[in-house]
Amino acid sequence: MISISRKYRLVLQLCVGLLLIALPYLLGNQYFVRIATMIGIYVVLASSLNLIIGFTGMYSLGHGAFYGIGAYASAILSLSLHWPFWVTMPLAGLFTAMVGAFLGLATLRLRQTFLVFGTLAFGEIVRILIMNWNSLTRGPMGIPGIPVPSLFGFSFKNFSNYYYLVLVFAALVVFLIARLYRSRVGRAWVAIREDEVAASTMGVPVFGYKVLAFTISCLFTGLAGAFYGHFVRYISADQFGMNESFLILTMVALGGTGSIIGPVIGAVILMLIPELFRFLAQYRSVLYGAILILVIVVKPEGLAGVKGLFVPPSGTARFHFRKQKIDSAAEGQAGGGAA
Amino acid sequence: MALLEVDGLVVHYGKINALKGVSIRLEQGDLVTLIGANGAGKTTLLNTLSGVVKATRGTVRFGGEDVVNKRPEEVVARGISHVPEGRKIFSELSVEENLQVGAYTIKDKARVRELVERSFELFPRLAERRKQEGGTLSGGEQQMLAIARGLMSDPKILFLDEPSLGIAPLMVDKIFDFIVQINKMGKTILLVEQNANLALQVARYGYILETGKITHEAPCSELRTDDAIRRAYLGVS
Repeated sequence: MISISRKYRLVLQLCVGLLLIALPYLLGNQYFVRIATMIGIYVVLASSLNLIIGFTGMYSLGHGAFYGIGAYASAILSLSLHWPFWVTMPLAGLFTAMVGAFLGLATLRLRQTFLVFGTLAFGEIVRILIMNWNSLTRGPMGIPGIPVPSLFGFSFKNFSNYYYLVLVFAALVVFLIARLYRSRVGRAWVAIREDEVAASTMGVPVFGYKVLAFTISCLFTGLAGAFYGHFVRYISADQFGMNESFLILTMVALGGTGSIIGPVIGAVILMLIPELFRFLAQYRSVLYGAILILVIVVKPEGLAGVKGLFVPPSGTARFHFRKQKIDSAAEGQAGGGAA
Repeated sequence: MALLEVDGLVVHYGKINALKGVSIRLEQGDLVTLIGANGAGKTTLLNTLSGVVKATRGTVRFGGEDVVNKRPEEVVARGISHVPEGRKIFSELSVEENLQVGAYTIKDKARVRELVERSFELFPRLAERRKQEGGTLSGGEQQMLAIARGLMSDPKILFLDEPSLGIAPLMVDKIFDFIVQINKMGKTILLVEQNANLALQVARYGYILETGKITHEAPCSELRTDDAIRRAYLGVS
């Protein structure tokens, strides 16, 4: 990636910030504002999955399920106990993080390929559980009438208002993840991604840090689920299946693994494409699959990525005609670093 | 009392017996080399000592304390540092960040900064490349970075696994100069090498490892003149 000098970067950030704040007025139409809000939620989902895939070099194909756990937890708490969104949302996040930590403790000692299957199976188990636990989740009927959050009498029922709520949430999550990435913890994660054995001989407790990455990622994913549920106000099991996991994965892969801005770019592009090509709606999954394959073959680090899931470790065989190009690209990137 | 005392160390990979009762000793401030052919178990021994691989039997005493089968982070915290074979630089992290990860067990930020500066004094070449990503360094520079990173935990003993591997001959001499210099700073060093010629020149005492067993041990000056060893390891007929 081209490295942008500090001054210009600040100007750019300010412009993007102002644009995001003015967006509902620029768009006018509530339908567009709704799409913008959903993009915000997916920015959080993709950024948190990137913690696992991009930073730490692990896999999760179960993030659709964590998203669902967050949405259901917050919805059930607010409907059955009538607690406000500001209580149920963080609780839903914490609960999802807890489930994530348990799954992490159980599966993160597995080798990569097995971890893929472990998380994939977990996702399906959660979906089936939601579908059949009628007394808690109303099974296939889903949960309607999830209350809209309000703050000191100010309601977020209006799409524009909810957009701002999600904007603040997404900005906060991206900011926190960026800070984590540049911290001691972030360096430990990247060290694990680069070389697990070397990291452990440096004294990095590898397993603990893997579980930590998984847990934090699930925390944000669960929170995103809560924000989603209280926005669309109706949730059902089929919204959080395997397709969802793959959609989030494709966003990270397309945007760029291991960078901060990558997943944001991926989320924006993949949320806009289906809206622009509505007539292709039934081929949506085909499109996502094609994008994923294209990224792996043509640009395995994604549009703005550093390294991660799809870039094979140096020394392993890959397409010969690509090899040199990738090596020189990696060297060219050296000066720029992560965006 | 010896700083590091390994006694009857046995290691298995599944059913394969990689180490069959290895015993070595290192005194404080010593520079000892372990030489042997491919697959003799040199790397396995280092990995076991640093806690990456678990031993089936045997004891490892470090500063009088039993450290066998402790987790790697506990071993590092006690003052053992392992510079792994093939350098294993974190290629997407900058030179400085690589060093910071090396000081992972040190919580005091000011102390870490101090250690980073010390590395740059020791290896001025790395100071020039401070912000550059580790993966873009040359092989020799990467080896320097790996050694500097190993020193970042301020260890009492440093394990060096094949520091000459895949490095230009001129650079190898430089690296070995650094090893001697680090030893003179008071760091105890266990040097594992295939390049027996060089290793026997810089080290004081040597062990020869063959298929999981120590077959010879003597001061390096004696090993250099031993006919059997000259034939097997120094390429002299």
